Parts: sequence; structure tokens; C-alpha cells
Amino acid sequence: MTVIIPEPPKTAIIDNRREQSAFRRFYGVNGRAVNSFLAFIAVWLFFASQNWGLFLNPGFYGAYLFSIPPSIIIVTAMVFVVTAGEIDLAFPAVIGSGGGVFMTLLIWGLPVIPAALLTLVIGALLGVVIGAIVVYGKISSLVATLGLSFFIVGIVNFLAQGKNLELRSAVGTWGNEFFVGKWLIGGMQVPNHFFIALIWVALMYVLFRYHRFGVRVQMVGDNPNSARQMGINVERIRVGVFVLSAVSATLAGIILVQTANMVWFPLSGKAYLLPVLAALFVGGTPVWGGVGTIIGAVFGALTIGMIPSGAVGAGFAGFWTEFIFGIVIIVTMVVHRFSGTRLS
Amino acid sequence: MTAPMIELKNIVKRFGSVEALTGVSLTVRKGEVLGLLGDNGAGKSTLVKTLAGVHAPTTGEVWVKGKLCNPWNPLAARSAGIETVFQDRALAPQHSIVTNIFMGREITNVLGLIDTKRQVEEANRLMREIGFTSKVFNPDSVVGNLSGGERQGVAIARALYNNAEVIVLDEPTTALSLTETQKVFRFVEAVRNSGRTVIFIGHNIYHVYDIADRFFVIDRGCEAFEGEKAAFTGADHLISMMHQLAETGRADVNSLRRPQ
Repeated sequence: MTVIIPEPPKTAIIDNRREQSAFRRFYGVNGRAVNSFLAFIAVWLFFASQNWGLFLNPGFYGAYLFSIPPSIIIVTAMVFVVTAGEIDLAFPAVIGSGGGVFMTLLIWGLPVIPAALLTLVIGALLGVVIGAIVVYGKISSLVATLGLSFFIVGIVNFLAQGKNLELRSAVGTWGNEFFVGKWLIGGMQVPNHFFIALIWVALMYVLFRYHRFGVRVQMVGDNPNSARQMGINVERIRVGVFVLSAVSATLAGIILVQTANMVWFPLSGKAYLLPVLAALFVGGTPVWGGVGTIIGAVFGALTIGMIPSGAVGAGFAGFWTEFIFGIVIIVTMVVHRFSGTRLS
Repeated sequence: MTAPMIELKNIVKRFGSVEALTGVSLTVRKGEVLGLLGDNGAGKSTLVKTLAGVHAPTTGEVWVKGKLCNPWNPLAARSAGIETVFQDRALAPQHSIVTNIFMGREITNVLGLIDTKRQVEEANRLMREIGFTSKVFNPDSVVGNLSGGERQGVAIARALYNNAEVIVLDEPTTALSLTETQKVFRFVEAVRNSGRTVIFIGHNIYHVYDIADRFFVIDRGCEAFEGEKAAFTGADHLISMMHQLAETGRADVNSLRRPQ
């Protein structure tokens, strides 16, 4: 059945708009990722110009690649959460609980890989609980996840009695090497968990841009009523983003335990809250939801992650770090705001 | 006799203590253009949203092509062949035309990965078919940059994909220019000529009178009267009945002409 083409209107419609150039169109879709990349280059150039010798030496970046993967893993999942119009402040608590569960399973005698997989499943279930409370309880995710964050930290602290867990005998096992084993590539120590982060980023990129779930996340964030009217199960999508966030935080928790030589601190996730959120927004995902960028978020995490060691390497005293954080965040937000991306 | 396209049986819809629909029964026949009329607050939009599956009725049944639909939700309505062009267009303004056309109904493989190339092809075909083309936009253009009429075009193109049998147009001419309104009317004609069913909701009674074959008027949540176009002497007759309804709470249905 084809539709009969209606006659065009007799009067010509005057339309002064011009067709967008190919560059405008590319920039319209990818502008936020491009801006984040430029921010990263700018910050690097600024630091490197203070001390070229150090910043052109690959050995300098070993520690950076070792510490950056958890942020990259969490921030790319957080793109889904913020794009869906939600926020998840409970992820630092989930990093802690994930590491704790993982460590407990190891102490009970599970090898590293099965323990990690089981921990991820438990993390996903925790995500379902967090998502269900926010979505079906119809609570603002800001408030709900803030409360849940305290709640989860409280339970973890109670169970651990505030003590660290450690299992030195698991250091250097095959499973441990799978996560933190290092390769010397071009004078740089590249740890395995950096490759895990890269694979995770690739998965998130495809999921966000080319998978039904990611596209529906963007629809829900852009206009939840429209999404619902078009038959999208808005509640299920919203719970889904919290599950993704919890899985990412759990994976980060598993990695953190291993990078600390199989020692787990109950509060190990706490330091990640503000850097991850800063990385997300420097990365170009806007706060109002509906659109986001995975690649931009990765550059956001790389930029924010470089500042502490970069500032020291460039010869600034440590207390300049926060000042530089502030400058970078404000300048990139202004650039993102005025770059006229997508909606002109 | 074949079953009617849609049958709403004694639909009641309550929002808390407010009864928006107090028992509406509506039959929609295949191939007709039904004009749905009513004053503001009469329950028109609740009825439209019930047809679209956005509201599930508190009590009452929805039958499509002789089959009872349960549960009733937007997905069920769309898979039963009922597509709705909502008053607010139901678009995602930060996204492209093609993403909007396939909202909630993406073309994917078994892994759920979207076939972007096919979606763009289908969107192009669809936009050409309804004469919705321009040098200033293509399927990748962002909906938020389009004019009101063009957004309406996106919503209509979306409703047409998948050869829906029933198209519900909720206030399709509000906020449109004269030429754009003309376009919508030509479109309704084209859809009717292709044998599909249209439910047309409008404020402008002259518009609705011109376009519809039958009228269904609701008032205070229930049916006030209905009639074939032949039962009215003209648009003014329909308008005077609606005036009467607004002033006295009932319309003089005896003034309708009996079918010969």
C-alpha cells in the first residue's frame, strides 16, 4: 500500500535557510567530542611547555595509564545515566562494595577470574535495586542515590568492621596478572587493565551510538513523554542505566583492589566522586540530558586525570592542582556552551 | 459483517478522584474519517491518549479488529496498527529526523544493533512519498532546527511507516500556517484514498466538518451525540448543536436528519 503523493502547495514557500556544510554537520554531531579532545591537547600542551623533556618521555605516562582506567570505565557508563536525565551519586559506594565483595570471595577461596565475574553479577543486582528505588519509588535520583550512597557505605563499613581486607597470596596469580600484568610498549609500562578499559570504552561506544538501548536512553533523556508515547518502556530504560553504572563501578572496584596489591579499603571509592563528575562534564555531556558523548567523556577523564601529576611534573606546587581543575572545568564548559553543537 | 476497526466499550478513566471519561463507547469503521469533537476539558485528549494506549482504561475494553486487547499500552496500540500524531508531536528535539521516525521501533539485528543505513533509506523513501522534502534538511537533520510544519511532517512520516491501518491526528493543524494546514488536509485525503482509517481531532469545527465523514462529540467525559455527515445540514448545524450542548448540557439530537 503506497500513499498517494499530495499535490505540492501552489504558492512557493520562501525558505532562506541554507543547507549545512559537511563540516557543520560533522561538528553538529561530534562537536562535543572534538572540543573535549581539544581541551585535552590544550592542557597537555600547557603542562608540557613547562618541561618538554619530562612530558616527551614515555616513561612518565606509566603511572598515568595505571591509575586512569577506573575513571574511564565509570565515566563512560555515567554518560548513559546523565543522558537519560538522571544522576548517580552512589557509584563511589558501589566501588567500595564491589571491591569488598570481590575480596571476600577471594578469601573464601575463589580464584580471581570467577570471583570477578560473580562480583560483577552481584554489582548488577545492586544496580537493579538502586534503579528500582529511584524509578519505581519516583524519587529524584540526586537525592535517592545520595541517600543510598550513605546507606551502602554504612552497610559495608558495618560488615567490614571498618577494617581493610587483604590477601597477599593472590598477588601474581594468573588471574591477578590478567588484570594488572604490564607490557613494555615503546618505553611505556602499559598495564592490562588499561586494555580492559579500552575494550569497555569500545563496548560503551557501540552501545550508546548503535544499539537500541543507547538510542532509547537518548530518547528518554530528550523527551520522556514522547518516548513513552512511542511505546518505549521508560522505566526499564532508567533502571537499565543504573545497572550499567553499578556494573562499571563494581568493575572499577575490582581493578582498584588489584592495583593496590590485593588490599581493599572500605572507603576506596570515595576519592572518585568529584573527578568522575568533572570528567563527565569536561567531556561534553550536557547536564540537561538527551545527548552525550562516550569519546568526549574518555578525553574528559584523561584531562582531569592528568592534572594532578601533570601540575607537579610541570613544576607547580601541589596546591595549584585544584586551581587548575577549576580553570579547566570552567573554560571547557564555556567552550561547550558556545560551540553551537547540535541545536543551533 | 466484518468487525469494526476499533471498538471502545464503556471506557472509564479516573485520575485519582477525577473521572475524565465516564463511560465512552466508540466504534470506528474501516476506511472512514472520524471527526472527534468536544470543548476544552470534555475529555478529548484523554480519549485520544486512550486510543494511543498512553492511558490504559480504568474499566472498559478496547477491541481492535474484533480482538480484545489486553494489556493496552502504546506498544500494543502500535502493533495493532494504530499510529498517533500527538498534539505535542512527541518528538526528541535534539535528535535527527531518522532517529525520531524510528523512535521505539528501531530497525535492528538480533543483537539489537541498529541498521543505520536501512533506517536512512527508509526515512528518505517515506519523506519522498509524503512530499516532505527540502534542500535544507535531510534525514540526519536535527528536529529542533525544523519549523512547526516540518516537525508535523516528521510526526506524520513516523505514523505512516509500517503501513498503519488507523491514524489518529490530534489537533494536527494547531500552530500551523495556512499553507501548512492545506498540506495536512491533502495528506488526510491521500490517507483516506489509500483505504486507511483516520481519526481527526480538531478545535476548528469548519476544518473538521470539511474533512470528516462522521462526527463524534463528547462532553463532560461521555458521548454527547454522534452523526454521519449526511445527518447535518452543514457546518453551522453542527456548531449550533455544540453551542446548545455547552449552554444547556444537552443537544437537540432530533434536529439530525434521519438516514433515508
